[in-house]
Amino acid sequence: MALKTEEMVLNMGPQHPSTHGVLRLELQIDGEIIIDVIPHIGYLHRCFEKHCEAMTYPQVIPYTDRMDYLASMYNEFGYALAMERLMKIEVPERVEYIRVIMGELQRIASHLVALGTYGADIGAFTPFLFCFRDRERILHLFEITCGARLLYNYIWIGGLSHDLHPDFIRLTKEFIKDFRPNVKELNELLSYNRIFIERTANVGVLPIETAINYGVSGPNLRASGMKWDLRKDDPYSVYHKFDYDIPIGKGEKGKTGDCWDRYYVRVLEMDESLKIIEQAIEQIPDGDVTSAIPKRVKPPEGQIYTRVENPRGELGYFIISDGSINPARVKVRAPSFVTMQVFPELCKGFMVADVVAILGSVDIVLGEIDR
Amino acid sequence: MMYDWLYNLTGSEILAMFIVSLLPLFVFILPFALFAVLMERKVSAHMQDRLGPMRTGYHGILQTIADIIKLLQKEDLVPTATDKILFNLAPLLAFIGSYAAFAAIPFSGFFIGTKIDLGIIFIVGVTGLVVAGILMAGWASNNKYSLLGAMRAAAQIISYEIPTLLIILTIIMLTGTLSLYDLSEMQTAYFWNWLILGGPAVGLQKILLIPFMIMGCLIIYTSTLAEVNRTPFDIPEAESELVSGYHTEYSGMKFAMFFLAEYANMFAVSAIVAIMFFGGYQSPFGYLGNTLGWTWLVPIEQFFWFTSKGLFFVFVQMWLRWTLPRFRVDQLMAFCWKYLIPFSFVILLLVGLIALM
Amino acid sequence: MKTAEEIFNTLKEKFGSSIVEFKADKPVEPFIIVNPLEVDKISLFLKDEKDLLFDSLMNLSGVDDANGIKEKDDKGLETIKGGTLSVYYHIESTKLRHKLTLKASTDREKPEVVTVTEVWKGADWHEREAYDMYGIIFLNHPDLRRILMPYDWEFGFPLRKDYKNPEFYQGMKVPY
Repeated sequence: MALKTEEMVLNMGPQHPSTHGVLRLELQIDGEIIIDVIPHIGYLHRCFEKHCEAMTYPQVIPYTDRMDYLASMYNEFGYALAMERLMKIEVPERVEYIRVIMGELQRIASHLVALGTYGADIGAFTPFLFCFRDRERILHLFEITCGARLLYNYIWIGGLSHDLHPDFIRLTKEFIKDFRPNVKELNELLSYNRIFIERTANVGVLPIETAINYGVSGPNLRASGMKWDLRKDDPYSVYHKFDYDIPIGKGEKGKTGDCWDRYYVRVLEMDESLKIIEQAIEQIPDGDVTSAIPKRVKPPEGQIYTRVENPRGELGYFIISDGSINPARVKVRAPSFVTMQVFPELCKGFMVADVVAILGSVDIVLGEIDR
Repeated sequence: MMYDWLYNLTGSEILAMFIVSLLPLFVFILPFALFAVLMERKVSAHMQDRLGPMRTGYHGILQTIADIIKLLQKEDLVPTATDKILFNLAPLLAFIGSYAAFAAIPFSGFFIGTKIDLGIIFIVGVTGLVVAGILMAGWASNNKYSLLGAMRAAAQIISYEIPTLLIILTIIMLTGTLSLYDLSEMQTAYFWNWLILGGPAVGLQKILLIPFMIMGCLIIYTSTLAEVNRTPFDIPEAESELVSGYHTEYSGMKFAMFFLAEYANMFAVSAIVAIMFFGGYQSPFGYLGNTLGWTWLVPIEQFFWFTSKGLFFVFVQMWLRWTLPRFRVDQLMAFCWKYLIPFSFVILLLVGLIALM
Repeated sequence: MKTAEEIFNTLKEKFGSSIVEFKADKPVEPFIIVNPLEVDKISLFLKDEKDLLFDSLMNLSGVDDANGIKEKDDKGLETIKGGTLSVYYHIESTKLRHKLTLKASTDREKPEVVTVTEVWKGADWHEREAYDMYGIIFLNHPDLRRILMPYDWEFGFPLRKDYKNPEFYQGMKVPY
């Protein structure tokens, strides 16, 4: 007798421990095998783009903080850069250096969250707290700089809100010194753990053509084996002055572009960011960080699309100015928004447990997807 | 024995039986669960560079009591769409399964709940009730996550019972007894009489047995770890995938029952490993009570050694839990069927040959 | 590597009247205005042509040009009649390292643009977002639903300049 079997629809989220926010995934499963995944987003929609149209240009900056709340510094960086290009503002060198230091610290902090929560998704809880312990020190550095731990409003159009704290350089050096062994510890505890490799290698392989066609960017694209980093390929700020590598996925433990590669590229990137920070704090010039801030931000009529390499990928700002003090249109090309599109492709044929593994490996932030 | 002593004291069989059967619950399981939860928190905290609970009492020692009070006060939620009878029965069954196992565990030579000759088989059999409890919980909750968790649990526990039983069989073959009391008494005197070091056998046979015993010990420890659903085998309640698996819908005291069952089970399986391979309640180097001539001290010492051994293995379970990631369900089954079961068969066969020597 | 002007000339040769205009007078980016109903063909050409190879869509955004006739009703609320809604395409070639901006303007009353999801799959959600926010209909789109707003939102398209908040949504007062 043949038994009647049925596919099951499982709602993962909006409240679920490992959807990294309020994401709802509609899983069609056959037993534990995934047939299809339909993501439903918008639970965190805060009308960022509508708000922008009612704000003046500098007032937009705190709103950009709230998009990708794990990489607020970089969101501000991108927005400030776009506005400076639109208004043709020359920024003092010191400002650029501080921005780079902050941006790279933010990248490490963001990757630490990604790696830690990824460990927690796979079931190893201890790496999560180790990562957060180190992230805490970065947040402390931000806190002494601008008074906020998560949403900074630090990088302004044409400058910065404050200069560095006198202790900042010393504390950053200490952090770098302490952090390197911690990365090694993380690798021993999680990256090369046999069970971890079993869970992540050969799972959710993203081929490079698919990745480009979908517009996937950042660490996820690099894990697929493409050496593409906007810091080098579309240079901005003072990144050309530093010596660093772009790590790419090599398929060491499985196929190129699997979850382990995506995970490990982030680990390597933290190391490269440390190199950049080390060089930047050696070379940082003196100067006034507020001198180039325009009194009145009124860009000429026109439009600009500027992109920066956010910890999660290509963060683009498309700004249209109609010549008034309010932007006519601010559209954000959020890296997670694009990455999320390719997610159903990655999951098909894997198991429920792998959905969690894949979702963690692409590292999305819902605040940015929903804006 | 405890029962006889109590019988003499009270003069009533029923009363003596009653006290003896309730004793493990009140003297051991409940305080142990209280202690183990705190221990888990502190162990995990210190492994993760944290302090753990610090506010309730000195270094948070009252934290679990506060938790129990909280759980008692909570509303007992029963979702409307559940199968009421099964839903309410499931936590009881899970708890009974793990509690009943304590009946046959010899805490010391003096105190053993019921001295049944089939002790080890009884424990394996009665803990099987936990599976029924989990399956009922998953099914009755009418929740897809619970159902998935329950299905995983059933598949996992039943699979991992095979290597457990094969190793138990090996031990039975070697010692010729099913009684845990006899097993413990066999490993008396010094630690080189423990079964992990070949047991009371002598000469070449003992040396030949040692590697197989160590392997057997590892296998039984791994598979019992899987039976109590601890990381890296905690896929039935995989928090990041299935929310909480089979006990997603439970709250208040019913949840506490599952919780209690889990910790009781942790100790039960640790106790089995301790009894079978590490001499049970036997001291590794003689008794102070015997040396001093205070015979009343011996059972207390035995109790101390037994709980220490048990707690050590519980500690290892926690250590593993806070270090390792979790398997995927298919990898978990593959691990059992492809590695553990063949290896246990080999051990069974070779130990049999050695025993014939 | 090609400049926007060279690409414009190539396109003009190939597609004639579908390529409307090359605009480089406004800062900061030059862009090419194309016919909204021919976007898919132009995109495919841009992607496949050997010396163009635009393999990646960086961004796709809907824009309300707000260039129609503005009317104020007695409450002072503005409505816009006529004019256009636009879609901007920011594309790039990861192989040849050049970028290009396309603009397709469509009628505000009947905003229809052909989808480019067949060319760049990443356009899917961007187009859904443009539909969600501006009500631009993407013809041949495989799954044109609301994406950020609730599926049952029936009070118009929020990013249009003349959008008015509803008073109640599912029994809840909106301007709280």
